[in-house]
Amino acid sequence: MTQSTSESVTKPKAGGHGTPPQAGHDEHADHGHGHGDGPHLAHHFDTYQQQFDAGKLGIWLFLLTEVLFFSGLFCAYTVYRAQHPEVFVYAHYFLNTNMGALNTCVLLISSLTAAWAVRNAQLAQKGLLIFNIVITIACAFTFMTVKYFEYAHKFHDGLLPGPNFHPTEQVWELDSFKQKHPEAAEFAEMLSKRAEARAKGTAAEKEAPLITQRPTEEQIEPLMKAGLIGPNSEEPMGISRPRNAHVFFSIYFFMTGLHGIHVIGGIIVWAWLLKRAVRGEFGPKYFGPIDYAALYWHLVDLVWIYLFPLLYLIH
Amino acid sequence: MASPSTTADVVAPRSTSSDDNYLTHDKGVLSWIFTLDHKRIGVMYLFSVLAAFALGGFFALIVRTELLTPGRTIIDHDTYNKMFTLHGAIMVFLVIIPGIPAALGNIIMPLQLGAKDVAFPRLNLASYHLWIVGACFMLSSLVINAVDTGWTFYTPYSTTTSTAVVPAAFGAFILGFSSIFTGLNFIVTMHKLRPPGMHFFRMPLFCWALYSTALIQVLATPVIGITLLMMIVERTLHIGIFDPTLGGDPVLFQHFFWFYSHPAVYIMIVPAFGVIGDIIPVFSRKRIFGYKFIAISSLAIAFLGFLVWGHHMFVSGQSVLAGTIFSAITFLIAIPTAIKVFNWLTTMYKGVIHLDTPMLYALAFLWVFTIGGLTGIFLAVMSVDVHLHDTYFVVAHFHYVMMGGAITAFMGGLHYWWPKAFGRMYDEKLGRIAAGFVFTGLNVTFFPQFILGSRGMPRRYYNYLPEFQPLHQLSTLGAYTLAVGFLLTAYYLFRSLKHGRIAPANPWGATTLEWQCSSPPPYYNFHKPPAVTQGPYDGYENLVYDEKIGGYVPRKANPA
Repeated sequence: MTQSTSESVTKPKAGGHGTPPQAGHDEHADHGHGHGDGPHLAHHFDTYQQQFDAGKLGIWLFLLTEVLFFSGLFCAYTVYRAQHPEVFVYAHYFLNTNMGALNTCVLLISSLTAAWAVRNAQLAQKGLLIFNIVITIACAFTFMTVKYFEYAHKFHDGLLPGPNFHPTEQVWELDSFKQKHPEAAEFAEMLSKRAEARAKGTAAEKEAPLITQRPTEEQIEPLMKAGLIGPNSEEPMGISRPRNAHVFFSIYFFMTGLHGIHVIGGIIVWAWLLKRAVRGEFGPKYFGPIDYAALYWHLVDLVWIYLFPLLYLIH
Repeated sequence: MASPSTTADVVAPRSTSSDDNYLTHDKGVLSWIFTLDHKRIGVMYLFSVLAAFALGGFFALIVRTELLTPGRTIIDHDTYNKMFTLHGAIMVFLVIIPGIPAALGNIIMPLQLGAKDVAFPRLNLASYHLWIVGACFMLSSLVINAVDTGWTFYTPYSTTTSTAVVPAAFGAFILGFSSIFTGLNFIVTMHKLRPPGMHFFRMPLFCWALYSTALIQVLATPVIGITLLMMIVERTLHIGIFDPTLGGDPVLFQHFFWFYSHPAVYIMIVPAFGVIGDIIPVFSRKRIFGYKFIAISSLAIAFLGFLVWGHHMFVSGQSVLAGTIFSAITFLIAIPTAIKVFNWLTTMYKGVIHLDTPMLYALAFLWVFTIGGLTGIFLAVMSVDVHLHDTYFVVAHFHYVMMGGAITAFMGGLHYWWPKAFGRMYDEKLGRIAAGFVFTGLNVTFFPQFILGSRGMPRRYYNYLPEFQPLHQLSTLGAYTLAVGFLLTAYYLFRSLKHGRIAPANPWGATTLEWQCSSPPPYYNFHKPPAVTQGPYDGYENLVYDEKIGGYVPRKANPA
């Protein structure tokens, strides 16, 4: 093949592993690698294997950057939990563990279907591939819906970061607190009534029930740990919430929000792959995009696997 | 598969008879904006970076002019704060970080490797488009209400100042992704697209440097991304993570910032090492000395660079133990760096040194970078740093490294690969004169700043004591000299595009693969994957200068 003909080949429309370049293959013939021409092999790769390996290394590197991207937040989490453990104990009572657990299950199922989809693509099982991608997308939507309800609930209860933090409920009034520490909840109620009475004036204070007995460990310990009373409380002499309790919600919204953005990104990618799967583009030679998307999806899942205990299951 | 070839085959320049090359392959503006060709993307990067360099240099001149006299000279103090911030932010994020890897690296690295393109051409284009978007955000700050925090965006000032911090920081956030995409692409390219025979230890040192740089880009940049995002949210929603009045910790921001920004220093300087490693053997007509050591030391620098961020924070209240550890690890970085410098010097020893413009820049690099590097050791010593922290000594140190190191090497690389990229030779005489101006200007600008700093002149100050005036004026004079050098360079380089002598395939007599292509290279780089049978700096003795074409050609195997 002469130089001029090989160079006059039309410019490929794509070079990555995405939409196929339609031209630029004839010059491969002259260096004898003997790979079959395919619509999905980019011009600068010699074989499907080389193209797949490059994509795989690329996606792993990308996932590495994602891990480091989240690591900044995990680091901030660690610093604040070490500095203000009471804030985290206090705030976790406001999170709905059941919803968090439900979302964990939903994501785990979607990870399974994503992994299965890779196998389907490799075996050219078009129907199953489409089925698994659809289930993955459905799970992602379920996750976001649950997250929406959680967020809406927090907005409603004034659990917002920074100066907008005005919780409408006291932590000891929450079921999650009462179930775990019934004595402490009762005692806190009593303390808060006395504090209220004291604020009203001497007459009211005299009428309020007196705390006659020395409080037990079960009554005091949970309140101390959550920073409701004691040196970390906003009111060291009475009962309140810990100072800077809002920082937890800053971190909570930042982490789960960023994770949510990644879920939405995943939905877009899966929707695009669904379209390509319906067109029947994937097979034993060319299944890279499904593989890469599944890897990304596992990372999104993995981040949540860490977020769930770190935010919801604090003891 | 390719048959084993002789040395002469390996360095045989491709015929330049065909007029079709990557510059002329497609026509029209859109064929450039949406090109997937690594060389075109590199060229677009190059001119964008040069434009940003001109802008950043302009701000530097304003700053230096203002400092001619104590008190007001040409601008008020608020404008002065904005000018040095923009100078720093533009030079760091828009010029030096993408300068060598994204501009020169994109044009040259796949050619040096013998690949047809980078692994992900569309990601490469996305990287450039993100650069443009990021630059627009950053420069929009200039129009809205220019940011005045210094390029470091330290909290709590950055979260409380009334200037447009958000667009500037968001611009840096986007530029970070641009940088990550380039790095990711380069790593995969070097792993997966090497042709047969191109082992890792046959890659030119420029590739090794870009590989180490890419590792840092991929590993460090995400952290600055999330940090800037947190800072933006802190500023807009007051979430309190960095705000002490809301229970946050501003020093945490410094830790996050320097966790990226110290490795980022190596994103800026390691590619420069690569350029120097490629220039010196060619212009010494001698095989590089200690190839493996130079290659591996880049990786060592990349690795150690992650462990030293605390040396920016000796006075931030971190513990003495932490300071001592950071200080000790910082000293360690001197070892791989010195390995490089000594190996380059040894390469020149008994070489036949040709003082062409790229070599002049390489020699200038050795001189100024050594000063910059050694003064870094001063600053790594805690007891000394307490006195020199935030003085002009620090300013002089990092300008000797960034300007004297990174930009000098960038200029060297630009001159070295200019004929390859554009197919024209520039005016060699003007090139040498300009290199002289740049070298002189650099030292006159920044050396007085070492003295200023050691006598207590704080950095970033608008006003100063009258006894500092002579040294400040000398420094400003140096800045003007630099400007002359760069303007002269711009003149003859752009002139060469039209009027320069047609460049031969191999004007310098280099043995790395990019010189096997015609100048400028064809669209697909190599029609056959080149068969690589020797190291990147082997075989200078097999090249002879041909007066007719003004470049090097392979020696005839058997003239008799």
